[in-house]
Amino acid sequence: MRSQQAMALNNDGYLAPEHFDQVFSSHGTIMIFFMAMPFLTGLINIVVPQQIGARDVAFPFMNSISLWLTAAGAALVMVSLVIGKFSTAGWTGYPPYSGAEYSPGVGVDYWIWALLVSGVGSTMTGINFVVTIIKCRAPKMRLMQMPLFTWTTLCTSLLMAFAFPALTVVAAMLGLDRILGFHFFTNDSGGNMMNYANLIWIWGHPEVYILILPAFGVFSEVVATFSQKRLFGYKSLVYATAVITVLSFSVWLHHFFTMGSSPNVNAVFGIVTMIIAVPTGVKIFDWVFTMYKGRIIFHPAMLFTIGFLVTFVLGGVSGVLLAIPPADFLMHNSTFLVAHFHNVLIPGAVFGYFAGFQYWFPKATGFKLDEKWGARSFWFWIIGFYLAFMPLYALGFMGMSRRMERYDVAEWQPFLIVAAVGALSVLIGIVCQGMQLYVSIRDREKNRDITGDPYNGRTLEWQTASPPAEYNFAKIPDIQDIDAFWDMKQRGVAYAPAKEYEDIHLPRNTGIGVFLGGLGFLIGFAVTWYIWWLVALGFLGVLACLITRSSQDHTYQIILQPKSRPMKRLVSRHWRKRNQHRGISGHEHIQP
Amino acid sequence: MNTYSPKTTGSPGPTEETLDIRDLGFWLYLMTDAIIFSLLFATYVVMFQNTATGPLPIEVFDIKHVFGETVFLLFSSVTFGFASLASVREHKSQAVFWLIVTIVLGLGFISLEVVEFVGMIQSGAGPQTSGFLTAFFTLVGTHGAHVSLGMIGILVMIFQILIKGLTSPVKSRLHRLGMFWHFLDIVWIGIFSIVYMPGWLI
Amino acid sequence: MHPQSHSAKRLITGFILALALTLIPFAAVWTMAFPVELTFGIIALCALVQVGVHLHYFLGIDSRTPIENVLAMSFAGVLIFLMVGGTLWIMFDLYERMM
Repeated sequence: MRSQQAMALNNDGYLAPEHFDQVFSSHGTIMIFFMAMPFLTGLINIVVPQQIGARDVAFPFMNSISLWLTAAGAALVMVSLVIGKFSTAGWTGYPPYSGAEYSPGVGVDYWIWALLVSGVGSTMTGINFVVTIIKCRAPKMRLMQMPLFTWTTLCTSLLMAFAFPALTVVAAMLGLDRILGFHFFTNDSGGNMMNYANLIWIWGHPEVYILILPAFGVFSEVVATFSQKRLFGYKSLVYATAVITVLSFSVWLHHFFTMGSSPNVNAVFGIVTMIIAVPTGVKIFDWVFTMYKGRIIFHPAMLFTIGFLVTFVLGGVSGVLLAIPPADFLMHNSTFLVAHFHNVLIPGAVFGYFAGFQYWFPKATGFKLDEKWGARSFWFWIIGFYLAFMPLYALGFMGMSRRMERYDVAEWQPFLIVAAVGALSVLIGIVCQGMQLYVSIRDREKNRDITGDPYNGRTLEWQTASPPAEYNFAKIPDIQDIDAFWDMKQRGVAYAPAKEYEDIHLPRNTGIGVFLGGLGFLIGFAVTWYIWWLVALGFLGVLACLITRSSQDHTYQIILQPKSRPMKRLVSRHWRKRNQHRGISGHEHIQP
Repeated sequence: MNTYSPKTTGSPGPTEETLDIRDLGFWLYLMTDAIIFSLLFATYVVMFQNTATGPLPIEVFDIKHVFGETVFLLFSSVTFGFASLASVREHKSQAVFWLIVTIVLGLGFISLEVVEFVGMIQSGAGPQTSGFLTAFFTLVGTHGAHVSLGMIGILVMIFQILIKGLTSPVKSRLHRLGMFWHFLDIVWIGIFSIVYMPGWLI
Repeated sequence: MHPQSHSAKRLITGFILALALTLIPFAAVWTMAFPVELTFGIIALCALVQVGVHLHYFLGIDSRTPIENVLAMSFAGVLIFLMVGGTLWIMFDLYERMM
């Protein structure tokens, strides 16, 4: 996209306008829904059950449905590249442009159904993790002892569960307008397109925090581990997260200050927007104070965290500037805005996911990532980021609006060339990540994490083996502190085998989730192309799956523990090996 | 360390604890559904004056009809309550009986609603006519679709009770379906108080 | 599951209350006995009370309900207030500005 704009002075560039429109619409949609959302959900799935000492999530079957519905949504976007075309209406799809009158054809329909199908999945993920965290914690873990990543996951899950219904409603309404000729957002017959902007941002603003809160959780874990200190201001971080959760539902109008609301309305939402910056500021200070006087290890995860701290503050400050309605009137829809939201989402969300990826990779796979390539990728990313987006702030002030596929102002071009160079640097950063993955997999035997605790970690996920057993914990851990695992190591009980093991309840595997995902894809595809019999068939299939599932009583299996000798021997051997590795005499803790 | 594949035994049903967990999950689902309905309500209130060239609310709403629907739904709520009561007390046939009564009342509600909708569409007041009717049909239709799904659920539960008996998973499913059914009745209070009654007054 | 919430007496009490709270607004609208503003007040009050009746007598919400359920409901209540209140405020403000 950037290279298009670098070259497009006074000529058409290399993309036709129509095609450029499709590119920016699918870029936004894919990045938000099918990059960021699955990435964060994946991290949550790997880490949260282990952090709270649980064996699985509360609703494993629903989890599989969520996964496959997300895959179905992504598949709809992919299919649109081949069969038909994708939406040209931007990632928020404002009507009346996205209505049937101005956007005939299948593009917007693909977009609507990709959102609907994956949105239902996200709602279920949200419900699932709220219940998991509230109900499935190890019995002794109090709420105020949960690791921060778990806290941010709880808040994100609440946001997902309660914000995604708004997306479902608004996407369904737009779909009804387009397919059945309803008049929610049309120009004539009493439609009201301004309500669309209102409804989609009721979802859209919480969505921003859905993306960013888990990343805040990652930073909190990483900063404590690699500063080798307890997290500074644990309680203030928890409260700040909770405040953000509630406030994020009360600022949505700042996305459409220019729609024509009266000064009172704009002022109230502007002020709330500024207030929401306060808890975020609290967090920044907490992280900085955690590093203060710590023995910092510059692991790539920590590099991304420090990069985030510096860069995110800039993005946040430009956000507070945009929160002033009169200023927003000047910068609305300019590249200043584009620079602002990339400046919060790339360091805030993407760097957070990268840090989490670097940090928890050994836990998920059993071997560590190559740190040299990780550092290289970080430096290319951060330099590329500044080169790519700082010029856009300036361009915004110079009056360049977003989503331009051509322009005729010669002064803009140097800035856009710099931005394109930045994008190139980011690309090299991505290549470095690929290299890192390749090198790490090649040298996996050398990098194997046999302890399960490669960084001298503080939270419970480091107590399990890497990768963890299917049941995570053979014995549910006994928690007495915020940094539960650290505390257990201090007390010398971290690796002590239990005297008694109990049977383990685990969900049985089922394939119905895959069917439901497939049916979701089928329904979306069929509605897009008006194949009504297929739609009906799809819904019947969904109904059949649900009835089948709801009639199954025996969805669990038991792993017998206490009498199974091999398992017990295996467990103690594992512990002994770990203790030897850590230089602890194996006999100290292990009962014969 | 993962070469050992643990022995698994037969497949037990869910424990009391997992059933308790499911209650909370279902409750959260109801809350998200409440958000969906409240946004539909908000949209209706935003749009109910946008009648364009179509009819006004007072011209299409029939008070007797709505009263009938309300009575059906309210009675079905209490009969479902009796079914739950019977299931807690382990009276299998009573539970089935009350569920059948509930489903009959639900059918009464749905058929009244279908008659209402068809009548409106035939008299030229379909959802494509104006913003007001679009919002009306979407809100009330969504509720009707929920009720229909609930009736399919009741049908499934009747068969489960007959085939499996009142086992603890069956009872817990019935309990959750009951929550769903009562929830829909609460939504209906909103519909007649916010959609129909102001329609007659203004 | 809360066995206490399942008693026939409780159900019937709830039913009678709900029926009364339905009949009052219907009668008020039907007969038009009161001024419009007052009728609106009656409708709103009866609806709110009836929601409470349903929650307590049919859904069994009381002091023994698990705290998580109550918290979830209150959170949803706050959000519904923000979303619906905000939407109405924003949209009717816009209508006014377009007059």
